[in-house]
Amino acid sequence: MAAIEVRLPVARKLVAQSLAQGSDKHLVAPGDTITTDTGYMRGHGTYMGDEKLVASVAGAVERVNKLICVKALKTRYNGEVGDIVVGRVTEVQQKRWKVETNARLDSVLLLSSMNLPGGELRRRSAEDELAMRDYLQEGDLISAEVQAVFSDGAVSLHTRSLKYGKLGQGVLVQVSPSLVKRQKTHFHDLPCGASVILGNNGFIWIYPTPEQKNEEAGGFVTDLEPVSLHDREVISRLRNCILALVAQKLMLYDTSIVYCYEASHPHQIKDVLKPEVMQEIVLETRQRLLELEG
Amino acid sequence: MAGLELLSDEGYRVDGRRAGELRKVRARMGVFAQADGSAYLEQGNTKALAVVYGPHEMRGSRSKALHDRALVNCQYSMATFSTGERKRRPHGDRKSSEMTLHLKQTFEAAILTQLYPRSQIDIYVQILQADGGNYCACVNAATLATIDAGIPMRDYVCACSAGFIEDTPLADLNYVEEAAGGPQVALALLPKSDQIALLEMNSRLHEDHLEQVMEAASKACKDVYAVLDQVVRDHVHEVTTLLGE
Repeated sequence: MAAIEVRLPVARKLVAQSLAQGSDKHLVAPGDTITTDTGYMRGHGTYMGDEKLVASVAGAVERVNKLICVKALKTRYNGEVGDIVVGRVTEVQQKRWKVETNARLDSVLLLSSMNLPGGELRRRSAEDELAMRDYLQEGDLISAEVQAVFSDGAVSLHTRSLKYGKLGQGVLVQVSPSLVKRQKTHFHDLPCGASVILGNNGFIWIYPTPEQKNEEAGGFVTDLEPVSLHDREVISRLRNCILALVAQKLMLYDTSIVYCYEASHPHQIKDVLKPEVMQEIVLETRQRLLELEG
Repeated sequence: MAGLELLSDEGYRVDGRRAGELRKVRARMGVFAQADGSAYLEQGNTKALAVVYGPHEMRGSRSKALHDRALVNCQYSMATFSTGERKRRPHGDRKSSEMTLHLKQTFEAAILTQLYPRSQIDIYVQILQADGGNYCACVNAATLATIDAGIPMRDYVCACSAGFIEDTPLADLNYVEEAAGGPQVALALLPKSDQIALLEMNSRLHEDHLEQVMEAASKACKDVYAVLDQVVRDHVHEVTTLLGE
């Protein structure tokens, strides 16, 4: 039998107090009056209450010219055209799939906005509608791009590129969407031998780097070859590193993940999840990132 | 009153408080990673845990969806070990169902539901230890959890109870004072605008005394607000500092 490790409660350390810096940000809580000046425009996270602009969420005030918004610390995903998302199919309907993407309403993926197996462009026939469940069924994970945002906030997706499509073997990590940094690309082949898709919706997919990109399959054939032990270990370590970064509220992007991965090497994979180890490796990552910025 | 003296001649209550004093309130936001928002709150020996999921797609029957605003779905439950005598069912009995309805009313008044048409917001609260003022502890915990989830609200909702014993209004009753059977008022208040989200009274109270009791309750709600606001501000400050930028 494996030895059981018993841990005792420790008082939490608050970073903000130890830094003791006067935050220059304007922080508000719900019900706080932001301004009584009527010359401003009302943005997200605010409402008008008898001639006053009042905050409705807790967070930092952002001003763009005359527009005032309050950005909450964490929310559900708000879709924007061009975002890369990872989602899970929840329902197959006529001519479309419903995809759960951590948004406030399920997203839709139309049959007409995806590349069908076979590649070439053709009309969607009645047979294709009947075979929809063969392409994607309930519970499948996909990567996609946001094509349009409807007026009620629901999102329409498309997978009209070989980059997108059904996801095969790998690990999904769900984090807050506000922790994923917006970048030029969200697909990364990391030097440690695994790849990640950093979905803007906070769903992160870690998978073994494919040897050759198969062109004609259109991302529908899932590779069920066993993944080597080494690759699985790399993926598990990456997952734990991402969880550590999230626990310490550090933005996620390729550099921060790689640095954290490298900082975690002295520890065993399972030990990365211990609070004190998390703190140590994320602190190291922070310092390296600061050095990089100069 | 037989036996127990709820208010001594010196003006102290059974647990050593003055008439208008609250029990010690301790709270923490963001206790679960899985939920969209969560909070833990202790009000004296009453302990409550609240989680918020949403706004998300309608679960269960889609016909319940409202086309112009979000549906607020609440569930109140008491842990089987929360009371002196072990409870049989944690939720679904008459008392819990009533409490669930009250919570729903309270939060529909506070959350800006019209921003999220056709979606659903789930609020689950559980009492881990019951020592009087369960409804109030639940509302306070759920407020923190809702703020943690980033769901827009008009204002905080702060709740506190008040009683009337020996011609004195008492704030934030504990279990012993509740069990004595005197009149009890539970008030949920939006403290900035002084609007009442919910008001409930048990047993009978003379009309002439109502104003004093209400005043004591709303004063107590504002005291609760001061504590909750400090918790939220500390949390926001901590997280923004970590996020840096």
